[in-house]
Amino acid sequence: MILAIVRNGFRSLRRDRGALILSFILPIAFFSIFGVIFGGMGGGTPRVSVIVVDEDRSPVSERLVQALLKEPSLDARTHPAAKKGAPAPADYSAATAQAAVKRGDAPAALIIPQGFGAQPIAFGPAADRPTIQLLHDSSDPVAAQMVAGILQKTVMTAMPDVMAHIGMQYFEQASGELTAEQRKRIESTMSEIPNGGAPAGGSNSGGSLVALDIRDVVGEKRSMISFYAAGIGVMFLLFTASAAGGSLLDEAESGALDRVLSSHVGMTTLLAGKMTYSALLAFLQLTLMFLWAAAAFHLDLFGHVAGFVVMTAATASAVAGFGMLLASLSRTRAQAGAISTLLILTMSAIGGSMFPRYFMPAAMQKVGLITINAWAIDGYTKVFWRDEPVTHLAPQVAVLCGAALGLFLVARRFARRWEFS
Amino acid sequence: MHVAPLQIDAVVKRFGDLTAVAGVSLAVRERACLGLLGPNGAGKSTLIRSIAGRVIPDAGSIRVFGEPAGSAAARAALGWVPQDLALYPLLTARENLDAFGRYQGLDGKALREGIRWCLEWAALADRADAIVKTLSGGMRRRLNMAAGLVHRPRIVLLDEPTVGVDPQSRNRIFEMVEDLRAGGTAVIYTTHYMEEAERLCDAIAIIDHGQVIAQGSKEELVEQSFGRRSDVLMHFAANQQNAADWVKARGGLLEGGVAHFTVAQPTEIAGLLDAAAQDGLEVIDVVLRRPNLESVFLQLTGRELRQ
Repeated sequence: MILAIVRNGFRSLRRDRGALILSFILPIAFFSIFGVIFGGMGGGTPRVSVIVVDEDRSPVSERLVQALLKEPSLDARTHPAAKKGAPAPADYSAATAQAAVKRGDAPAALIIPQGFGAQPIAFGPAADRPTIQLLHDSSDPVAAQMVAGILQKTVMTAMPDVMAHIGMQYFEQASGELTAEQRKRIESTMSEIPNGGAPAGGSNSGGSLVALDIRDVVGEKRSMISFYAAGIGVMFLLFTASAAGGSLLDEAESGALDRVLSSHVGMTTLLAGKMTYSALLAFLQLTLMFLWAAAAFHLDLFGHVAGFVVMTAATASAVAGFGMLLASLSRTRAQAGAISTLLILTMSAIGGSMFPRYFMPAAMQKVGLITINAWAIDGYTKVFWRDEPVTHLAPQVAVLCGAALGLFLVARRFARRWEFS
Repeated sequence: MHVAPLQIDAVVKRFGDLTAVAGVSLAVRERACLGLLGPNGAGKSTLIRSIAGRVIPDAGSIRVFGEPAGSAAARAALGWVPQDLALYPLLTARENLDAFGRYQGLDGKALREGIRWCLEWAALADRADAIVKTLSGGMRRRLNMAAGLVHRPRIVLLDEPTVGVDPQSRNRIFEMVEDLRAGGTAVIYTTHYMEEAERLCDAIAIIDHGQVIAQGSKEELVEQSFGRRSDVLMHFAANQQNAADWVKARGGLLEGGVAHFTVAQPTEIAGLLDAAAQDGLEVIDVVLRRPNLESVFLQLTGRELRQ
C-alpha cells in the first residue's frame, strides 16, 4: 500500500509542471547564482576562535600568549574546554592543534616555535628568525587573515620593550657600539616602557614584525561549492517537502482523504507513505543538485559517495518529517504555504543556508542548531570539506533521523483530526 | 440465517450543541435500494459517514453484514461513493482505480479484474488512460462511482451521485445503479431529486432534523400521509395580499406562490375556488393529482426538499 501511495505521488508530480520546476529547476538556478557570486566570499568580522600553542615557553612567548588571550577580537585558547567534573585538559601541541582545526573545533591555530623568544621580531627580512605557524581551515576564509593581522598588532602593542631592544640592536649595527653612558641612559628610558598588559589602541601596521607562515590544513584546492550545494539544497528541500505534505490538505479538501481512510489504509500508513514519497523526492533533488555541482563546479562528489548517501538520506528524512508536520498543523493549503515560507526562510537564515553560520555571533550559531539546515550543512561539510569518515557523521545523522521520527510522531498526533469525527 | 446488509439501531451523533443524528434506526434488505431523502443539514451525510466508519456515533450501533461499521470486514463489504469528486486529478482513470483498489487490499488478478469491470460498468473503457482532469463532468461522476466499487462491495453508499451532471449522464448513472441491483448489490442512495428516488428505490426513509420521520415504500408513504386523498395545487396570480393567511386558514401550505391542499373528493376544488373568489384572490391555475413523494415530504416537513 505504501508503494501505491508512493507511485501515485510520482505520477502526479510528473504531470505537475509547476511542482517539477519548483523541485528541480529553481533550486539549481538559485544555487548557481549563489555559487557564482559567493564562490570565494568573505564576510563580517566577528570574534575569531584561535588555538595558541607555545612551544618556546620563554618569557617573551608567554607574554605574547597572554596578550593573545586578552585580545578582544580573538577567542583564543591554549587547551580544549574542560568537561564538567573532569581535570583540566592538557595544553594543545602542534599536532593536536592541527587535528582540532581539521575537525572544525577552531578555524585557526598559532604555533609559536622554539627559539621565538630569542628573536621574536625583525624590522625587515631576516632569514634565520623563528617563524610562527598559522594553521587554518579555509572554509572560513576570513579567520586566517584576521588572526594574522591581530598577531602583528598584538606584538606591537603588547611588547613595546622588545621592539625597542630590537630597534637598538639595529641602531648599533648601523652606527657602531654605544658607549656605556649612552647604554645606561637608554636602559633607564626603556625600563619605563610598559612590557605587557592589555593591548589598547594603536594601529594594525599590517607589517611583518613577526615572521608568519600561513598554511591551509583542511581545504586545499577546494571551493565553497559543497557548502552552497548543501545550504541552498536543504532550503529548497524544505519548500518541496512542504508542498508534498500539502497534498494531504488537497486530498482532505477534495474528499479523497475521506475515501482513502474509509478503505484499508489507516492514517499511520497514509502518513508513512506520504513521508516516504517526500523523502525519496528530496533525495532525488539533492542528488541532482550535487551532480550539477560536480559537473559545473567540480565538486568531488564521486570521491565522497558513501558520506553523501548517508547525509542525503538523513537530511531527506528530516525535511520530509517537517513537511508532514506542517501539513498536519495547517487548516488550508494557503495557510500551509504562508507558514512554510516564513518558517523555511527563517530556518535557512539562522541555519546557515544563506550564509555560513561562522559569520554569525556565537549565540546565533548555537540558536542555528535548532534547524535542520545547520545539522545538514555541518554533515555535508564534514564529508566534502574535512574528508571525515562516515562514522564521524553520527551526531548529524542521529539528530536528523531523530528529527524525522519526532516530527513524524507529532504530525501523526495532529493528523488525528482527519481520522474520525 | 441471512444477515441484513445494513442494520442501524438508535444512532445518535452530536457535534457540540448540534445533534446531527438523533436516534436513527434503519435496515436495508438484501438486494434492496434504500433512498435517504432529506433537505440540506437534515443529517444524511453524517449518517452516511457513520455507516462508512468515518464518523463515530455517540450512541447506537451500525452493522454492515453483522460487522461493526469501520471494522475491516465492514470496510471490505462496503463501497462508499462520496458526493465530492474524491479522485486524484493528475492520474488517469485506470490509475485512480488501481490506487483505490490497492487501498482496498486488492492486487494481481483480482485488481486487474476489478479495474476491468469498473471501466466497463462506468462506460469508461475507451477513456481508461485519460487523465481525470481531461474527462467530462459526467465521466468524472461515473469514475467517482467506480472508484468506490473496484473491490466489488456487497453494499454501496451513493451520496447524491447525480449532482451537477447533464440528463444524459444522469440516465447512464441510473442504469449503473440498476446494474448493481441486478447483480445483487444492496444500495443506499441519498438524493434531492424525488424522481430519482421514485425510479431507483424500493424503500425510502425521509430524514429531517436528524430523525427518520417516515419510512416505507413510496406507496406506503403516500398512504400514510394522504390515505386516499388527492393533492390540489393552486397557483395564484402575482402579488396576492393575504394569500398565505388564506391558505393556512383552510389547512393548506403555500410554497413558492403555489398553495397545496389535500382533498378527499375532487369536487372540493369548486368550494376552494369559490372561497378564493369571494376573498378577492385571483387563481390562475389548479391541478388535481395523486400525491407523490414531493407531496409527502412537504406534508411531513412543511417545506420543499430542495430548500
